[in-house]
Amino acid sequence: MTLHLTHFSAAFVFALFASIVFGITHRETARDMVRYGLYCFVMFLGGVLVAGWAMWLIRR
Amino acid sequence: MANSNTARTKAAEAEQPQSALSVIAPAVGWLIPGAGHIIQRRWLRGLLLFISITALFVLGLLMQGHIYKANGGDILDILGFIGDLGAGGMYIATLAVNAGQGAVAFAIADYGTKFMIVAGLLNFIAVADAYHIAIGKKQ
Repeated sequence: MTLHLTHFSAAFVFALFASIVFGITHRETARDMVRYGLYCFVMFLGGVLVAGWAMWLIRR
Repeated sequence: MANSNTARTKAAEAEQPQSALSVIAPAVGWLIPGAGHIIQRRWLRGLLLFISITALFVLGLLMQGHIYKANGGDILDILGFIGDLGAGGMYIATLAVNAGQGAVAFAIADYGTKFMIVAGLLNFIAVADAYHIAIGKKQ
């Protein structure tokens, strides 16, 4: 069985799980963990989108 | 100034108790992701770590990712092996059933390889966190 994810869905899944681990391990309180996890998730996906558009612009 | 800070840090480290849990929690956490937190009654954190790290590793396998062995090849293979090794029990089980041995023939398989390496590296962070909880450095 082979799982075929698109580039974006792979990045989404990666960002989701990595952010959960970062949030839990890098902060002390539950509230800070959630906030930092969300911050990491947005940064991961934001970075993907920015890099994607940058490559699109370079290609043109 | 720097010396006094160093001395204070050493004093603080000496105050932290070195219980059996500070050895067992990281070891169990390495073998089963999140278990180091669960045995210290951090149920939700342990469960989330288990789900996240295991899901990344299994998804990597399903994407036909390649798993590295300790064959002492080139430096990138060795780094890949160190990353994979962090997954602990999942890495051992994967080798035992001879999975993850295919060639990386398409982009998704390359993503899968990276998923498994990152799962291992994230588990190293989780192990360190379990240790910090065990010695009382973190709640």
